[in-house]
Amino acid sequence: MSRNLIIGAALTLVFIALAAVSFIWTPAEIETLDIPNKLQGPNGTNPLGTDHFGRDILSMIMMGARTSIAVALVAVGIGMALGVPLGLLAAARHGSMLDELIMRGNDLVFAFPSLVIAILITAVFGASAVNAIIAIGIFNIPVFARLTRGAALPLWERDFILAARVCGKSAARISVEHILPNITNLMIVQGTIQFSLGILAEAALSYIGLGAQPPTASWGRMLADAQTLVSIAPHTALIPGFAILLMVLGLNLMGDGLRDWLDPRIRVART
Amino acid sequence: MIRYALGRLTSLIISLIVASVVIFAVIEVIPGDPAAFMLGVNARPDTIAALRAEMGLDQPLITRYLDWVTGLLRGDFGQSWTYKTPVSELINDRIWVSLPLAIYALILSTLIAFPAGIYAASRRGGAGDVTIMGATQLGVAIPNFWFAMILVLIFAINLRWFSAGGFPGWSDPFQALKSLTLPAIALALPQAAILARVMRSSLLDMLGEDFIRTARAKGLSRRQALWKHAVRNALIPVLTIIGLQFSFLLAGGIIIEQVFFLPGLGRLIFQSISARDLIVVESVVMLLVFTVIMVNFLVDLAYAAVDPRLRTKA
Amino acid sequence: MSLLAIKDLSLAIGDTKILHDIDLTMQKGEIVAITGESGSGKSMTALAVMGLLPQGSDPKGKILLDGTDILQTTEPNLCKMRGNAMGMVFQEPMTALNPVQTIGAQVAETILIHEKTSKAEAHKRAAAMLERVGLKVAPTRYPHELSGGQRQRVVIAMAIALRPKLLIADEPTTALDVTTQARILDLLRDLVREFDMGLLIITHDLAVVADIADKIVVMQNGRVVEAGETKHLLARMQHPYTKALFEASTHAVSLPETTQSSPMLSVQNVNRDYPMSRQTLLGPRPMFRALHDISFEINQSERVGLVGESGCGKSTLTRAILGLEDVQGGEIRLDGEPVFTGKHPNLAVRRRMQVVFQDPYSSFNPRHRVDRLITEPFHLLETPPTGQARTHAIAKALEDVGLSSNDATKYIHEFSGGQRQRIAIARALIIAPELIIFDEAVSALDVSVRAQVLDLIADLCHKRPLAYIFISHDLSVVRTVTDRVMVMQAGKIVEQGETETVFANPQHPYTQTLIAAAPKLPTFGMAV
Repeated sequence: MSRNLIIGAALTLVFIALAAVSFIWTPAEIETLDIPNKLQGPNGTNPLGTDHFGRDILSMIMMGARTSIAVALVAVGIGMALGVPLGLLAAARHGSMLDELIMRGNDLVFAFPSLVIAILITAVFGASAVNAIIAIGIFNIPVFARLTRGAALPLWERDFILAARVCGKSAARISVEHILPNITNLMIVQGTIQFSLGILAEAALSYIGLGAQPPTASWGRMLADAQTLVSIAPHTALIPGFAILLMVLGLNLMGDGLRDWLDPRIRVART
Repeated sequence: MIRYALGRLTSLIISLIVASVVIFAVIEVIPGDPAAFMLGVNARPDTIAALRAEMGLDQPLITRYLDWVTGLLRGDFGQSWTYKTPVSELINDRIWVSLPLAIYALILSTLIAFPAGIYAASRRGGAGDVTIMGATQLGVAIPNFWFAMILVLIFAINLRWFSAGGFPGWSDPFQALKSLTLPAIALALPQAAILARVMRSSLLDMLGEDFIRTARAKGLSRRQALWKHAVRNALIPVLTIIGLQFSFLLAGGIIIEQVFFLPGLGRLIFQSISARDLIVVESVVMLLVFTVIMVNFLVDLAYAAVDPRLRTKA
Repeated sequence: MSLLAIKDLSLAIGDTKILHDIDLTMQKGEIVAITGESGSGKSMTALAVMGLLPQGSDPKGKILLDGTDILQTTEPNLCKMRGNAMGMVFQEPMTALNPVQTIGAQVAETILIHEKTSKAEAHKRAAAMLERVGLKVAPTRYPHELSGGQRQRVVIAMAIALRPKLLIADEPTTALDVTTQARILDLLRDLVREFDMGLLIITHDLAVVADIADKIVVMQNGRVVEAGETKHLLARMQHPYTKALFEASTHAVSLPETTQSSPMLSVQNVNRDYPMSRQTLLGPRPMFRALHDISFEINQSERVGLVGESGCGKSTLTRAILGLEDVQGGEIRLDGEPVFTGKHPNLAVRRRMQVVFQDPYSSFNPRHRVDRLITEPFHLLETPPTGQARTHAIAKALEDVGLSSNDATKYIHEFSGGQRQRIAIARALIIAPELIIFDEAVSALDVSVRAQVLDLIADLCHKRPLAYIFISHDLSVVRTVTDRVMVMQAGKIVEQGETETVFANPQHPYTQTLIAAAPKLPTFGMAV
């Protein structure tokens, strides 16, 4: 195992642990406002200081980790659950109208950056964490579909697939029995990368008010609140930013480390 | 070549048609009556009726879609309900902030990423490579709007080299560019990190190809083989990423505009969302998607310029 | 002074020793062949002479080219020598050229990099050189517009553009068809004579070696085991490995007599068309006829060879017989049953046929164990064996091909190429099919391993009634393992008959060309 993998997994675990602990305990209640104590720097009672409502920032970060992880994880789940089967299908029916349809559909979704999808959804249904999940999730579908198809196509050219066809196996069965196990590593690595992109996207959507709504804590929201206070209380902006940075860095390092560990030939897509 | 371009053009047109249908449909599936939605719960029935008539909601769906699309083709984006001015005017006021910002950022990102990626690949495993890769690892992880806030804190608030936000207009191009510089850097650096990584790995792939060995056998040095044979071949995947990045820069610009209080399309779209001005939202989204599709079309043409295999194949 | 003198060359990459004390000398105008099986270190020797060893290599000894020691020469000076004093041609012409540059520019580059000439002058000389190597297309073409043989000519033109003293060719014809191979070898021979240069040719093909080389160097596991003048060496082989190698190359198996029996597979007037891409934007898709009026029959336990060059339709025919793709005309029946019914393959027929592919490395799913791999054909049975019966069937199949029942729980990466082909045969045999298609099944193997696998096939024929179609581009192999042979060219069967009759007295001009082009080992060295 590489250094990347260990550092990345450690960072990721720290944030997952923070999120998990927040279910049973946080240093302070984030619903309680304590205006007289607002904008305190890090101190004994508030290890990371307080925000403009006097809320404990460490507790906010812990609750925010929950939102980030939940949104990104579900969004990647949606992307994988729909994208992988679509990619397998397109590869199995390579060159057919169906393949063409799936791939053109993918191109079309790529023309709508997740932010634009979020804008459309929000304009119609209002802002919420669920809508952020849908927006990020929709954008993940073509990522996985394209990757799956791209990895499956050369496999379909391999002789062992031909051997399976000679044994009378259907395309669906071959996809599940032979293609899927051979692209799992790729999916794990890309899933990690998409997870990190999901965290970034969630933060961005919350920052502009299209994601999780108060009182749900979220890192992007905390940054939005901190924006006007940057000159008087820099810690309110620095801490949530570092939380995002470290979590995304951890996931990326873990993704690279996993790739080196599982199969160094894997190429991941980064946009 | 002409066949290839025609083929791409056909798929461009189809994409645009489908995209317009999707956007139109999303806006139309609003639960209940769009006019009532736009005016809010306290609106008087006759106001709603007036808006309905103005939006042509009494017409059948098909007619409304065709009216909208033919309007777009003529440059008529409809009338904003809240601003009471043509949407095209609203867009025209703001696009001259958003588009230059995206292009500025794209140029910066490419100017940073190409040398960094090529240098890292040519010194694979060396100190320069490790440093650049470490920096890109950070660059990929930084949220651009947070990076923007840090830039404001350092260069506007503490050093006072730039103003913290706002846009003076293009009457003084130097001042205009200056006010777009911090936003462009904030947008460009994370994208440059991604692009540099793609450039590096694509180059390393190419350096492992047989034709590089052939070039070396001809007497080219490692460096000559890299520049004369690897770079142009490595551009093919890189172009794809540049095309994708343009759409991210355009969309990302919407967020960065918020940090720097720039009067661009981002501001327009958020104001329209809170004012429930769907006509503006619909048209601005269509414009963004149109730009992305156009850029992808140009990238496809650029492929053909780089890769002769595309020019002769169908 | 010799043109090239390698003295005590040893090479390690990391902790792995690749070469041990290699000695070799050659003169101008001489053709020296290094031969040996994979892993013998022959390609590394060639790369060492070019100074193109992979990073982390630690060569010791001397490589003197015209008195200059390559191993002591600095990289900038080596760059001046490569392409100028020495040139190199590689195995895979499909990937050896830069896809985004015209062939003329790539040949001109050799000239421009070493000489101060104008671009126009370099292009003129490049065009002349392309013409000299027998290329009949314009220098403004791109590599993807050329065939493999044409591309190899471009690579040769690049290597000899400045008339180097030494040309190194690493398996230059291995990726090519026999007729193309013959032409490229002729070209190399002519160029050596015309330019009076030395040619160091690396090849695993002993017939090519015997055909072209003045001197032979035989390598095994990084050592030179025997070297000498071709004539002497072929007549009096000293080293047991050399003898084994030549024996294996001409290995003949003994097949049981075919008992005259009834027809089994019948292929009648089969046509297979593929749609090609449209010529105009919305016009109809033109069709490409890959199989043209193919008719033949195969009897029970008959061994039939199918030969032809790449693109002649061999693989298409395989797919059609296996019922993987429907045909556009004619009929393929096994014992009267069609292989393809309606829109679906006929599984009742399919379970009586199996196939063994060429590439032992791509024939198996790397994620499954051997027992799962070889039982895949059970899917064709209505009641596949389970439990004890299944275990027994797996053990029997493995033992039949000379492996152990313990191998059932291993993964495929634990086996060598030859063992993998045995496993592929075990997979084909497990449902006791009546017909097996061997699709270039021994082409990717080293000669000694190939001989063993051919023995196994012959052995199986003795043990059970087995009919097969043996597809190969290697005529000598087809000659020994088949009773009857069919020759295919451009989608048509141009000649078929008893193997010995066809080889001894070919009727069709194409068959004659093929047999004439195939390099043959002289028989006088075969007294072992």
